Amino acid sequence: MSDTAGAFAANLAPAEVRTPEARVAGAMKGFVQEIGALSAFRLESCIHCGICADACHFYIATEDPQYTPIWKVEPFKQAYKREASPFAPVFKLLGLKRAVTADQLEHWQRLLFDSCNMCGRCSLICPMGIDVAALIEQARHAMFDAGLAPKELYQKAAHQRETGQPEASAEPYRDQLLEIGRKFGVDMPLDKAEAEIMLCVPRTDIEHYPSAVAALARVMHHLNASCTFRSDGLVAENYGYYAGGKEWQREISLRLIEQAIACKATTLLVPECGHAYTALRWEAADLYGKPLPFKVRHVTEFLADELKAGRLKLGHAGAGKTTFHDPCQLVRKGGVTDAPRTLMKAMGIELSELKNHGGFSFCCGGGGGVLDIERAAPLRYRTMENKLREIDDTGAGTLLTSCSDCRRTFDDAQSHFKWDKSAHSLLELVAASLASVELGA
Amino acid sequence: MDLLSFARGPALKVALVIFVLGVVWRIVGFALLRIRRDLSRPRASMWKFLSGGVIAVGTRSWPHPEFIARTGPGEALGYSYHLGLFAVVLLFTPHIIFLGSLFGFVWPGLPSSVITVISVLTLTLFLAVLFRRVTNPVIRMLSNFDDYFSWFITMAVMVTGLAATAHVGAPYETLLGLHILSVDVLLIWFPFGKLMHAFYIFPSRAINGAVLARKGAPS
Repeated sequence: MSDTAGAFAANLAPAEVRTPEARVAGAMKGFVQEIGALSAFRLESCIHCGICADACHFYIATEDPQYTPIWKVEPFKQAYKREASPFAPVFKLLGLKRAVTADQLEHWQRLLFDSCNMCGRCSLICPMGIDVAALIEQARHAMFDAGLAPKELYQKAAHQRETGQPEASAEPYRDQLLEIGRKFGVDMPLDKAEAEIMLCVPRTDIEHYPSAVAALARVMHHLNASCTFRSDGLVAENYGYYAGGKEWQREISLRLIEQAIACKATTLLVPECGHAYTALRWEAADLYGKPLPFKVRHVTEFLADELKAGRLKLGHAGAGKTTFHDPCQLVRKGGVTDAPRTLMKAMGIELSELKNHGGFSFCCGGGGGVLDIERAAPLRYRTMENKLREIDDTGAGTLLTSCSDCRRTFDDAQSHFKWDKSAHSLLELVAASLASVELGA
Repeated sequence: MDLLSFARGPALKVALVIFVLGVVWRIVGFALLRIRRDLSRPRASMWKFLSGGVIAVGTRSWPHPEFIARTGPGEALGYSYHLGLFAVVLLFTPHIIFLGSLFGFVWPGLPSSVITVISVLTLTLFLAVLFRRVTNPVIRMLSNFDDYFSWFITMAVMVTGLAATAHVGAPYETLLGLHILSVDVLLIWFPFGKLMHAFYIFPSRAINGAVLARKGAPS
């Protein structure tokens, strides 16, 4: 069974009787209906210059032309031209643009999911100003509708939609959260009826970095903030976003939105998780159908503002020469560039920037769900080499970041490459810095 | 009716009608699609949103320093032949007279000898562009009929124009007729293919710049 056939088989609902071809046709129709004027303009504007390849770490690492970002949406350009473009009847009548086939998409499943972190670096290089990453996200929606999301992402999205957790765990995350509080000696604010700030947590932190969860609670306690986690809206990640399931993404986002409304929160605080920030900060309102009745802020933005307002005092971190990895979803796609640097400066950190940093930073390689796709690992490792080299070239002994999935990707690289560094959480450093202030006081 | 009369008479009229209607429809056709309102709370003010769009029109004219080592030569080649084309189309005196008859005003041109040199250079660059398109694996993979035909018809306009100016290969009237006829074909093809980027480039940059500025993200 081919990967595509496998994906079809894995993703089809029991009652699904349509052939793969019929599902692809439906997905393409959905794609052109969803596309809207803005994305149509993006597709219309491409001049086939190929410059976007030079921004993509998958192309740079392999020099394989198929990893050219705009090529990753080629079948969807084809579908748009044939079905919805101003001259679609001409293209269709003369057979200039053929219908997209299931076989054609077999190849594109890997291009859209395994070899794209949705990092958006390609959107910064296009001389026509095309947001290629936005097109890729829409193409993922169509792949999901065609039953072609990779099984790891599909299954996690399905589980999260059903239960609120991407995977089953020995103990529910709620119980694990309380256990983390006990273990690290910090009170976990949970299920308060009302709070100004609703907190959520990356499941990556619960499973891999519990000290980061404790750090979040510790910092909020230090600020005496009115805040709470909510059992029914605990997980920050949104696997619907990764898998391309727009309706599932909406349902997963709704868990958090409804809980934030229920506890009358004025702020939903996104923890150290890049794609959760994109999903909640920039996409949730559209899926909700109206503006959110609360602010969505990343924890580093929130802390930087607390610092500026004088409510947060940070001690010297003593981290030595440090470099910082900018998570793509926070910086390039989210605009959270200065906040982490404000915090590092306040902690007296000697920051040695990467050659490509801020908005031009290379992705860690794990974003967009790629870290979860098992078969993508060899390609991911290949693309990471450049990133690790950049980090080594700074001469820094400490690597900080503000996204737990980036952190996990680096830790995986540490194990794979026997690399001599590991990534650390900026939030944990802030919490540690608070301890030194409290001791001093 | 001889070739020249046909090319600058009925053929030109038909070509201009197709050009204008086609360009309008190509723009209106997608602009009529649904425009979704972004319901997320903007980070930037309306002023920054708008100015971000305007700024991106300028900043995207040349690669960011982070990209220039990889893309600089290719972009320089692209801009060079575009500049050459603009110079020949807009600053050659016979073109100015023709365009003046359409727009009702004229402007100073460059001497013919200078235009000839620019034309030869532009033609050489245009050959280099084709060479790059067929030898660069990325660009070759992305290329389709649109790319090659758009190149071919633009090249045909340049070659026939240069031949007519130099009186080489055929009587002047025939060469001029072929030159204008190739312009007619270019005008007819224009709305259907990538030549439309002449109309798209600045709005496209501006829209992406504004969308990113709204988030406070770099553009």
